[in-house]
Amino acid sequence: MVRWFRREAFRRRWEAFGKGWYKFSRNPVSVIGLVLVLGVSFVAIFAPYVSPFPSHAERYVNFPEASQEPSTSHLFGTDVFGRDVLSRIFYGFRYSLMMGAVVLSLVVIPGVILGLLAGYYRGTWIDTVIMRITDIFLAVPPLILALAVASVLTPNIFNAMMAVSLMWWPWYTRLVYGLASSLRNEFFVQSAEVIGASRRHILFRELLPNCVSSIFTKMSLDMGWVILIGSSLSFVGLGAQPPTPDLGTMVADGAKYLPDQWWITIFPAFAIMLTVLGFNLLGDGFRDLFALEET
Amino acid sequence: MPDDLLIVENLKKYFVTSQGTVRAVDDVSFSTREGETLGLVGESGSGKSTVAYTMIGLHAPTAGTITFDGQDMSVAVQKRSRRLKRAIQIVFQDPGTSLNPRRTIEQILSLPLQVHKMGTRRERRNTVIELLRQVELPADYLFKSPHMLGGGERQMVAIARALATNPRLVILDEPTSALDVSIQAKIINMLCGFQVEMNLTYLFITHDLSLMRNVASRVAIMYLGKIYELARTDEFFERPLQPYTKMLLSSIPVVLPEEEAIKPSRIISKGEIPSPVNVPPGCGFHTRCPEREGNCDAEEPQLVEVEEGHFVRCHKLAEPLTVGMAGEGRE
Amino acid sequence: MTEYVLRISNLHVQFKVYEGRLKVLNGVNMDVGPGARVGLVGEAGCGKTTTMRCVLGILQSPPGRITEGSILFHGRDVLKMSQASLQRIRGGGISMIFQDPVAALNPVFTVGDQLTSVIRHAASRKRDGREIRRRAIKALADVQLPDPDRMFASYPVQLSGGMRQRVCIAMALATESELMIADEPTTALDVTIQAQVLRLLNELVEERSTSVIFITHSLGVVKEMADWVYVMYAGSIVEGAKKQALFEEPLHPYTVGLMGALPKLTGGGIAEGIAGRIPDYLNPPTGCRFNPRCPHVMDVCSGERPELREAGLDHHVACYLYKGDADAR
Repeated sequence: MVRWFRREAFRRRWEAFGKGWYKFSRNPVSVIGLVLVLGVSFVAIFAPYVSPFPSHAERYVNFPEASQEPSTSHLFGTDVFGRDVLSRIFYGFRYSLMMGAVVLSLVVIPGVILGLLAGYYRGTWIDTVIMRITDIFLAVPPLILALAVASVLTPNIFNAMMAVSLMWWPWYTRLVYGLASSLRNEFFVQSAEVIGASRRHILFRELLPNCVSSIFTKMSLDMGWVILIGSSLSFVGLGAQPPTPDLGTMVADGAKYLPDQWWITIFPAFAIMLTVLGFNLLGDGFRDLFALEET
Repeated sequence: MPDDLLIVENLKKYFVTSQGTVRAVDDVSFSTREGETLGLVGESGSGKSTVAYTMIGLHAPTAGTITFDGQDMSVAVQKRSRRLKRAIQIVFQDPGTSLNPRRTIEQILSLPLQVHKMGTRRERRNTVIELLRQVELPADYLFKSPHMLGGGERQMVAIARALATNPRLVILDEPTSALDVSIQAKIINMLCGFQVEMNLTYLFITHDLSLMRNVASRVAIMYLGKIYELARTDEFFERPLQPYTKMLLSSIPVVLPEEEAIKPSRIISKGEIPSPVNVPPGCGFHTRCPEREGNCDAEEPQLVEVEEGHFVRCHKLAEPLTVGMAGEGRE
Repeated sequence: MTEYVLRISNLHVQFKVYEGRLKVLNGVNMDVGPGARVGLVGEAGCGKTTTMRCVLGILQSPPGRITEGSILFHGRDVLKMSQASLQRIRGGGISMIFQDPVAALNPVFTVGDQLTSVIRHAASRKRDGREIRRRAIKALADVQLPDPDRMFASYPVQLSGGMRQRVCIAMALATESELMIADEPTTALDVTIQAQVLRLLNELVEERSTSVIFITHSLGVVKEMADWVYVMYAGSIVEGAKKQALFEEPLHPYTVGLMGALPKLTGGGIAEGIAGRIPDYLNPPTGCRFNPRCPHVMDVCSGERPELREAGLDHHVACYLYKGDADAR
């Protein structure tokens, strides 16, 4: 009996995976997003192995090779210090992805929990307190807040991440609040209450699973946004400092040399765009993936 | 009465909204014996679902008392004892939303067992399989999710969930309204079987009078928060006294000639059902009543026992057997 | 034969899903004459709504696909028409009343706005604004809505369910279409309001000699609303008869089972219902799709699907139990 159960459960999980892929892949654009994201991630993780010139990512100067056009040895050309643009872009992906991952991992859990609580206790003081605090944070324009925080603290990539995190969590609270407060009165939640389930059970096992779809979709879209904001901070000098190969910094540094040495700016900018696009398309795919099929 | 399992006295539930006070349940009293099925019938705004939700504890009553097996339970479910929560269960109206679409059937059915600490994990799984068998569903449904099931099957899972804790009173709020006739037949027969097997008491709510005829032992009809007639089933259907009851019975579409014959003569309702925010003064039904008289719009009629076990709320019929509230003077 | 307003012949529809193809409609045949009141009875999932969507050309495709058959509206095949021609038919030739009046009315437009836009679309010639408004108010009065002028300016959210459904009926009637399809129009309404609305619908249909297809799962309702009844099961019509004939003597075992499972107002308990479950449309039974559940099943039933044959005066059945004389088509 137990063996049957385990076998059956395994089979179902496998089937669910297959169905999930089917739903996801119906839209070819989502697959493109997935490919882009996987590509960028692969390159970021294995940057030391796939970059043609890994040492260029750190302190490196080679003036004879500086400001060279894209060629067979340097596919994306070199910058004013002689560093290979392509390799620096690969390493730049690392910082971008890391920024996104760190911010989201700091922000999602507290934001979601606050949203669940506020939604469940909708109409009470808990709701009011949580949502008014959320409103305060949301009222400040995001980039301004990030700039303000980052300029008070020492400019570096760590503080930039903290600044972005601080203004990012309210969005998750808002999202989950809306979902949880409307789900709260559904019959299946009432059933759990009537049966006598604990509050913890209702929040995390009845309400949360129904929010997961929206949360994951938002997380994917947010990766793109966080990367953009991080790049913007670096662009104005409040994020990663030279010689760190951050995409935003590269765009900033290279902007001075437009339009003659266009490759120094354009390729990093294009890299940012491609990454953000990938996550956006992937986010759409998540929405399809989590959709319930009707009988 | 000593062997009444459930006694409801002067129950009121008002909701305060921006449009005014909704008098969803406005002084309702009744009682049920163990093992019987009390039917609650009514149209929208009648308050029958609110009665159900107050009984199960989703709302705390605004006034009045609910007594179960001698214990007072006029509070919301969070304040009730474990024993009460086990003993009273509900099957909701809409099978589409009464089961969490993101959980498996096993998780849904083992929740009541988990909450009331009934057995180890393995034992609970076996109990769940047994519950599925009782509602004639195969064991591999454990792994399915509600959205993979049809409406009838979902409702059967909901019933299995209600029975998981061996309750004594089950409230059924329109359990088959969203289902087809053939599935309804199956489920109703199943429910009747369970009632006999487990000595269950049912509070059965529906708007389908033909169905009510075949399930309830006594029927109460509600309108705008009040009971307007309460009687044994055969009395209710064969000799209805209240004009609203007669109007309702005359409006049902039926198939067989003998059903047509039993219906009271056709009373076409005029106008719309008033909203429970604006209950008409006097008798709540007077705006649509074909038999209204002088004081129907001024004075509210009381629910009186005009024959043994037959209670009516109507000025024209108020010749009480014994003046008292529903539930008393029944012997 | 152009004497029929609508002729559905051998309609097959499939839906593509992850697991394969759902063979939802399996040869639907239906005729509707001018001024006829036709009832279509069937349980959930039998395909009645899918069929009607095909008639109006609003089947979701993909994943739906019409693999065979024709739908002739006044002799012209709807399935082969362009979107432009279909547009002209919708509203003007065929109108529809949906099940849920809440979803059928746009909450941000007034009743008057929606009614006049329907009239304008269905008008055969250009009419001026005043005349359209006059017609709209008359339509509202025809469905016995109180104070039509005020109703004209109201929003759907201000109306009760019964009133909203009457507005939908007014919209359908205002198009002066030849064929009206009513898909479970009173299911969402209270019993007493339902009785009012059905009565009204009957009166109005009689006045205008519109053809009506009345879809419902309630045999009681169809008895009041239809002269001719089709019974549908698992994607095809299994029985079609004049109302009297059907109720006096149902022939198809499914119809018999259905009538037996109805709770009777006279009491006596409910019969067991029909054994088994509705078929899996991925792998439906061969031959007659009812054969796994049929108490009178024979070997021939799993062979070829039985055709609708005449088995009595004004009574057609698709069942090998009855050896009809001629093909009912």
